[in-house]
Amino acid sequence: MNGSNVKPLVSVQNLRKTYGGEKRLFGAPTPALKAVNNVSFDIAPGETLGLVGESGSGKSTTGRVLLQLEAPTGGDIFYKGENITGLGKAGLKPYRRDMQIIFQDPYASLNPRMTVGEFVGEPLEVHRLAGSAREREDRVAALFAKVGLDPSFMKRYPHEFSGGQRQRVNIARAIALNPAFIVADEPITALDVSIQAQIVNLFQDLQDELGLTYLFIAHDLSMIRYLCHRVAVMLRGRIVEIGPCDAIFENPQHPYTRALLSAIPVPDPDVERNRRPLAFDVDANLPPEDAMLRPVGDRHFVLEV
Amino acid sequence: MAPLLEVRNLTVAFDTPDGTVHAVNDVSYSLEEGETLGIVGESGSGKSVHALSMVGLIARPPGRIVRGEVLFNGRDLLALSQRELFDLRGKEIGFVFQDPMTSLNPVLTIERQIAEPLRRHFGMSASQARARVVELLELVGIPDAARRAGQYPHEFSGGMRQRVMIAIGISCNPKLLIADEATTALDVTVQAQILDLVRDLKKKIGTTVIWITHDMGVVAGLADTVQVMYGGRIMERGPVRAVFHDPRNAYTWGLLKSLPHGGRRGVTRLYQIPGNPPDLTRAPVGDPFAPRNPFATERCRIEMPPLGEVEGSVAGHKVAAWYDLRAALAASQVQP
Repeated sequence: MNGSNVKPLVSVQNLRKTYGGEKRLFGAPTPALKAVNNVSFDIAPGETLGLVGESGSGKSTTGRVLLQLEAPTGGDIFYKGENITGLGKAGLKPYRRDMQIIFQDPYASLNPRMTVGEFVGEPLEVHRLAGSAREREDRVAALFAKVGLDPSFMKRYPHEFSGGQRQRVNIARAIALNPAFIVADEPITALDVSIQAQIVNLFQDLQDELGLTYLFIAHDLSMIRYLCHRVAVMLRGRIVEIGPCDAIFENPQHPYTRALLSAIPVPDPDVERNRRPLAFDVDANLPPEDAMLRPVGDRHFVLEV
Repeated sequence: MAPLLEVRNLTVAFDTPDGTVHAVNDVSYSLEEGETLGIVGESGSGKSVHALSMVGLIARPPGRIVRGEVLFNGRDLLALSQRELFDLRGKEIGFVFQDPMTSLNPVLTIERQIAEPLRRHFGMSASQARARVVELLELVGIPDAARRAGQYPHEFSGGMRQRVMIAIGISCNPKLLIADEATTALDVTVQAQILDLVRDLKKKIGTTVIWITHDMGVVAGLADTVQVMYGGRIMERGPVRAVFHDPRNAYTWGLLKSLPHGGRRGVTRLYQIPGNPPDLTRAPVGDPFAPRNPFATERCRIEMPPLGEVEGSVAGHKVAAWYDLRAALAASQVQP
């Protein structure tokens, strides 16, 4: 669905994840929640696809199911053209090296009992890429330098670091195995405003240097606009609009995208005081099940009946 | 006319096992009736703690008011007894906190929770309180208010719960409403509705508002006056247009400059403030932002600059800086 001729690195087709809906011994089945409902997209090598939507839209679940941290209910996941859906633990292991995730909360995702050096070096051991202890230390030191941390910090514990530094540690671990693809799930949301630009610049530098491909999940649309090549907008488990960043921000077609964009506060009093957000009642405008993404411009698709 | 609120030299510390945290350092400002003050800062800036400590909502110990006065309508809040504060909170000063899920009691109906301050402060009967609850829910834009009043918090969406929180905050027609990151956890579309609601309420009932947030965009739309805090201190303060269009403190300037402003990668690179937030367990010496400030002078590192009137700007625009940001920017390579 990126419409270009480049072969996608990652691709999902009709991805679905439903929670509940199980039959019970007695009575009606538990209510089914379609967290991810028929989601399809491609991501080209070196591309950043932004995934936006409100809480409960299914954007994080899409990222987790794509990496098969949770099993999909339906649909297919392709990596470099290979269908990797439903491969077992052993079958997925080589792909796990290539596909990494960075979580929102830099505090909760570190192990408080491991030095940050051990934490960053752990994937090297799991995948037996460490070599000697000396080699591993050199690798970790190089990773620290790459993410802007002083390698002398390796022996320290997570509680000695600020939020921004912890997120750098998480990023160092995520790139330790030279992955090609990273799912970044709200990686700057929990950070202080004065630190967010540092981390966004780091994501950008690593992409330029290592050719990384990102699925960047966020609700801060101004950062998405800055960082992403293409954007997908999710609403109640469905992608309602997907397209190049400029098309989405300058020529949004779906009423929900328009409402979302109109609601972003602008840090300029002269603009902000005259901004009129558009209303959009989600419950009254749920996309019908048979709606499909239809082209409205170059690589720009909108969910329509 | 005397200001509604006058904070004088407020200094708050927390005694923790890791040492004394100097959370609020010598904060002074005043707020006129009807004014909306936006307080911007990040975690550790002292923006929330200073507001909570004004009305006795910090745990003591470990918290400690080192010194200062908080005059509200001429009365020093810091000298009040628990009993007097009890009578004041909710009635004269309303609060809206960040997380509506943890601030509402899950086993009480919405009606009970909104009615509680009404019954306590005004001695309303059950039926009087009920009428007022429905009126309040309608005021904050909750449809079908009479029926919704009987429901429990879990039956409300995040945005609706935040509306309930605002209804509680304004239930007694407080003179001052303090909202602490009240829309941070909400989706932008819901945030837009809540901000509209607050603007509307200001028009209708003329509430004085302190809106605490880290979002410069929210402040730009809501506040008359903006106050930028960092490391427990006020770095800059003034009419919102002056501070946004002509910032004179390097932290304010850096914060505004680090936002994307509709820019695109490849075309522009985000300006990043170097370094990390301050370690508040160190006794405050000098300007807390100095270690991260490319324009800091020697004096910034040893002596905290006073908050003084900005030369060549509008009245009320104040900055704490030993350096002249405009001159420093002109002399440097950085684009202002």
